[in-house]
Amino acid sequence: MTQAPRGETPRADGLQYAYAVVRDTGAPAAALAGVRGVAGEPVRAVVHLGLAVVAGPVPAEQFGEGPLKERLERLEWLERIARAHARVVDAAGAGTGVVPVRLATVCRGEEGLRRMLETGRERFTEALDRLDGRVEWGVKVYAAPPPPAEPTTAPTAAGSGRDYLRRRRAERRASQERWGRSEDGARQVHDALCAHAEQARLHPPQDARLSGTADRNVLNAAYLVPRAESSAFAGRVEELDRRSAGVRLELTGPWVPYSFVAPSGDDTGRAETRRERSGG
Amino acid sequence: MTTSPLAHRQIALVDLLDRLLAGGVVITGDLTLRIADVDLVRIDLRALISSVNENVPSPWEEP
Repeated sequence: MTQAPRGETPRADGLQYAYAVVRDTGAPAAALAGVRGVAGEPVRAVVHLGLAVVAGPVPAEQFGEGPLKERLERLEWLERIARAHARVVDAAGAGTGVVPVRLATVCRGEEGLRRMLETGRERFTEALDRLDGRVEWGVKVYAAPPPPAEPTTAPTAAGSGRDYLRRRRAERRASQERWGRSEDGARQVHDALCAHAEQARLHPPQDARLSGTADRNVLNAAYLVPRAESSAFAGRVEELDRRSAGVRLELTGPWVPYSFVAPSGDDTGRAETRRERSGG
Repeated sequence: MTTSPLAHRQIALVDLLDRLLAGGVVITGDLTLRIADVDLVRIDLRALISSVNENVPSPWEEP
């Protein structure tokens, strides 16, 4: 993608892609120097009411409602903007509290950005206070793969039909037991980790086709942990992985606390999804 | 288990999308769509991801 020529001033009334909100401490400016956004554009902090929204000008041909919708359906483009979005959020949050804005939030002009800070002011301030000094850790629990199948005897031999059915029943029972064990294992892991976290959120288990992992994902959770307790938390995950039979744990992070920007019990996001789904 | 995931590998897209598509502050779309001077464009991608799941062969898997 071609970048804006050096020194070109973006039009103040053009589309602005919003990445994250931080407190207006003057610090973001240095952290954002040289950081490029979803359109390869330089990003900056737009300050209003003691808050700052990190944003960058994006071309309407790509980020207007129609083109954006269409482009987001191309996975390679979605991946590119997702990674760029995360990069900017990470930079904005380096050394300071940061509240990420949902992917693909585009405002019209700097006025739109300021209006966003105005209308969201309480929510942003509440989230900044609550998340300050915290990080998010992701923990996924997978059902351990079943033991290799015993060599099967051909069910075609005379008199083996009953054996075959018996074997199939045994297999089905074993698979149900395994599944039950991994669900119990996932619940125990989750309970144990909740005791070490301020908050927890459950994401839907990942589809094997998207994750590329063959083992069944039985828990896909996020935990909010004080930054200072991160290594203790990671150690606890490692210990649980060793001790839990029948399941396998995977740790990701530390993340900016994306999963915790809404106060617990707030399902605004989900309600909106339902509305948009039914509308479309 | 990877003790320091970030140091060892690129973040998996699927883990990133879990967070980017469900996390982050949602700017109230229904309000802003009616206010011309704010005029936010915000697209929820969860429906898209399920459609990706159902219809499109995953690029990470061998056919």
